[in-house]
Amino acid sequence: MLELSQIAVAYQSFTVVKDVSFRLAAGEIGCLVGPSGSGKTSLLRAIAGFEAVHQGEILLDGQLVSSATQMLPAEKRQVGVVFQDYALFPHLTVAENISFGLHRQNKAQQQAKVMQLLQLVGLEGMGKRFIHQLSGGQQQRVALARALAPEPRLLLLDEPFSGLDADLRDSLAKDIRAILNQLGITAVMVTHDQHEAFAMADWIGVMAHGMLQQWGTPYQLYHQPANRFVADFIGQGDLLTGQMLDSCSVQTCLGVFRQTEPTNLTAGTTVDLLVRPDDILHDDQSPLRAKVLSRAFRGAHMLYQLEVGNGEKISCLAPSHHQHAIGEYIGIRPEIDDLVCFARASIG
Amino acid sequence: MPLTKLHWRQLPLLLVVGLLLMPLLVVFSSLLSPDLSLWQHLLATVLPDYLQNSLLLAAGVGLGALLLGTSLAWLIVFFRFPGRNLLQWLLLLPMAMPAYIIAYSYTGLLDFAGPVQSLLRDLFGWRYGDYYFPQVRSLGGAILLLSLVLYPYVYLLARSAFASQSERLAEASLSLGFSRRQHFFRVTLPMARPALITGTALAMMEAFADYGTVQYFGVPTLTTGIFRTWFGMGQQQGAAQLSALLCTLVLALIYLELASRRQLHFYYTGQSHSDIKTHQVRGIRGYLLLLLALLPLLLGFVVPALQLAMLADWAALLSSDYLKLLWHSFSLAFAAAVLLVALATWLCYGLRLNRHWLVQLLIRLSAMGYAIPGTVIAIGVMLPLAFFDNQLDLLAEQYFGVRTGLLFSGTVVALLLAYAVRFLAVALQGIEAGLGQIKPSMDQAARSLGLTPLQVLWRVHVPLLRPAVLTALLLVFVDVLKELPATLLLRPFNFNTLAVKSYELASDERLADAALPALTIVLVGLGPVLLLTRALDKKSSVGH
Repeated sequence: MLELSQIAVAYQSFTVVKDVSFRLAAGEIGCLVGPSGSGKTSLLRAIAGFEAVHQGEILLDGQLVSSATQMLPAEKRQVGVVFQDYALFPHLTVAENISFGLHRQNKAQQQAKVMQLLQLVGLEGMGKRFIHQLSGGQQQRVALARALAPEPRLLLLDEPFSGLDADLRDSLAKDIRAILNQLGITAVMVTHDQHEAFAMADWIGVMAHGMLQQWGTPYQLYHQPANRFVADFIGQGDLLTGQMLDSCSVQTCLGVFRQTEPTNLTAGTTVDLLVRPDDILHDDQSPLRAKVLSRAFRGAHMLYQLEVGNGEKISCLAPSHHQHAIGEYIGIRPEIDDLVCFARASIG
Repeated sequence: MPLTKLHWRQLPLLLVVGLLLMPLLVVFSSLLSPDLSLWQHLLATVLPDYLQNSLLLAAGVGLGALLLGTSLAWLIVFFRFPGRNLLQWLLLLPMAMPAYIIAYSYTGLLDFAGPVQSLLRDLFGWRYGDYYFPQVRSLGGAILLLSLVLYPYVYLLARSAFASQSERLAEASLSLGFSRRQHFFRVTLPMARPALITGTALAMMEAFADYGTVQYFGVPTLTTGIFRTWFGMGQQQGAAQLSALLCTLVLALIYLELASRRQLHFYYTGQSHSDIKTHQVRGIRGYLLLLLALLPLLLGFVVPALQLAMLADWAALLSSDYLKLLWHSFSLAFAAAVLLVALATWLCYGLRLNRHWLVQLLIRLSAMGYAIPGTVIAIGVMLPLAFFDNQLDLLAEQYFGVRTGLLFSGTVVALLLAYAVRFLAVALQGIEAGLGQIKPSMDQAARSLGLTPLQVLWRVHVPLLRPAVLTALLLVFVDVLKELPATLLLRPFNFNTLAVKSYELASDERLADAALPALTIVLVGLGPVLLLTRALDKKSSVGH
């Protein structure tokens, strides 16, 4: 459905996106996450046709829409966009905004479509209002309805929840995911918030320094990060020094960890092992002890920062009724199923 | 905001505001006792002409200013061509050119004896009657010339309206299948509509208020009609009633302007800097574009100013006549500026300290004068003052055996009152903006740091208000200096200002003598335009 191969985007001589490739099947939702300045929005704008690509190709439904030499104008792409600031037209009503892209249809068709979309996004009866009479969340829904009205081949969402408060974000993300799935829309969303990405996406691409660091499912990104950047950016975790005993096991100060699948690392390599807070279980019976450095109350859980053996630090997510004072030694039991090891010498 | 009660201390404030509203009340109350025979006479003779010419003039100027201002703003915002950055400010210069002065200048330039026609005759060997040349001194000429100096109102508002529209809006249109051109007509222009209407309404108000140009061109309009009815026919009530008619037309425009301004508020929020995609025009086409955009500046400022400079008798620069004019004009304008800014500051503090709806409403109403034609204000000031003077004179003679004569109506007091009515809004706007920057929390912070209220005023308010006060002084000063009709009507006997003298000289076909005072007004008028330029430049560079 959407296919990017080796895309590069540059402003004047400054390259902001390098060598990005991924594909998205029909009906799938992809998310681009990354810190600000990572090039994710530029990539989205290239897909929309607002920016030219310097290298590579973008294919939509098998049709070449962008390459270094060719560019289908944005208005001919049939790609809907939901903008970060919504970019709703303030001189038009809600209904007129939604029907704006339906100029090739007759009035009756337009009206029917507007009614249908208003219902879909939960704004029945608000068609006659002006944009400034709506709340932020309602404006967001109008922006979505406007982008969906012409039945685009692909929907792009640029930080669609950044202007909303946290509660609204979660519920709106769920609603939008449901709407997109219901209509079978293929979509690409840009966000800097990985929780939004987890809530929305079938596929997530992590961007940094203009490059796609990893393209995978949320599970893969969390449990099998491709490099240090992804390991650090997605979720919480600490790196523990270790030595490969063979390609399937690693020796650390917390003991030896194994997995059945062999890694591509050879015995004797010094590595950093990724340890997630949920990999470390709190167990008073365990002989393995760690010193509490600090703690943060998280409601259901308590996040402990611990110091182990040789002064290395790890985190532990314990049920919050397990209260321990700072400086106290507590029992821990590591349970690491996927070994994520990065060789010391290599960077990134 | 808690509802505050009216306090007796507000009384002086209410009295002053009441005094400022008096001229309008007088003018409108004249409608209560309509002089039917006079109206029948006017209707049968000149009123249809007055009304038609006034309406045509306002409509024509509105259209001209709208077309000029909008297309210039479009060029400046959406295109990049050589000289564009400087030109965007230079295009404001015609604001410094009072309409009556551009009228003298073009008359001198295009009249039968002027350089243009002389050149044509020399070139082609024509003589009088051999050729057709459009008459400058006509309704059409007035429309053209007024449009040339009034388009900046539309240009300024249109420019910021266009520039404040986010590029995201254009991209939204593109993603919905519209081209950029379609976007301009479907979104950019409709979204700018309130700004365009506001600017056009302001230009039309000025056109309705114009006296100098139409009188000089011999086009009978409501303003000249008011003069004629007052002086020519001695019909004071009739003049007041014509004033009320003119005022009603202007009030309709004010309503339109206010309604559009309210809408403006909804249309442009948040967007502080422009990220509009511009079209770079290079080479010869770029210079052609520059030439095109330069045209209104040349015709609206450079050509008339040069023409005046060429006509002017520079030897008169040091003559006692000219120096006396300067002294009269500057001292009068300075007195008015100090008075009005002091008044505005007082009123603004009144507003800040007392939020009673009556205080608010009255001060807002007293700021309406900016739209009321000077002629109307003059009538509204003259009638009650003359009545008061006559009563006083009568009483004084009766009880003390002395005649007081015209105590107020023939003096500078009448002039100052008229200026206060007309230009208070200018001062109020400036001071209010300055005072708005001093948040109440600053007062509280200063008080909590141990300052007495007086110390707060001296150490916080005065330094923060100084720029606003200086700006307001300059703006009022220049507005008063340029003002013609009210000054002409109300000035003390034999008291001449630059504006009045240049008008009289031009009316006597002594254009060469009129040029020097006219040019002086233009040069002084450049001050506020430069100030505006600097303020806007600062505002537009803050966003980046």
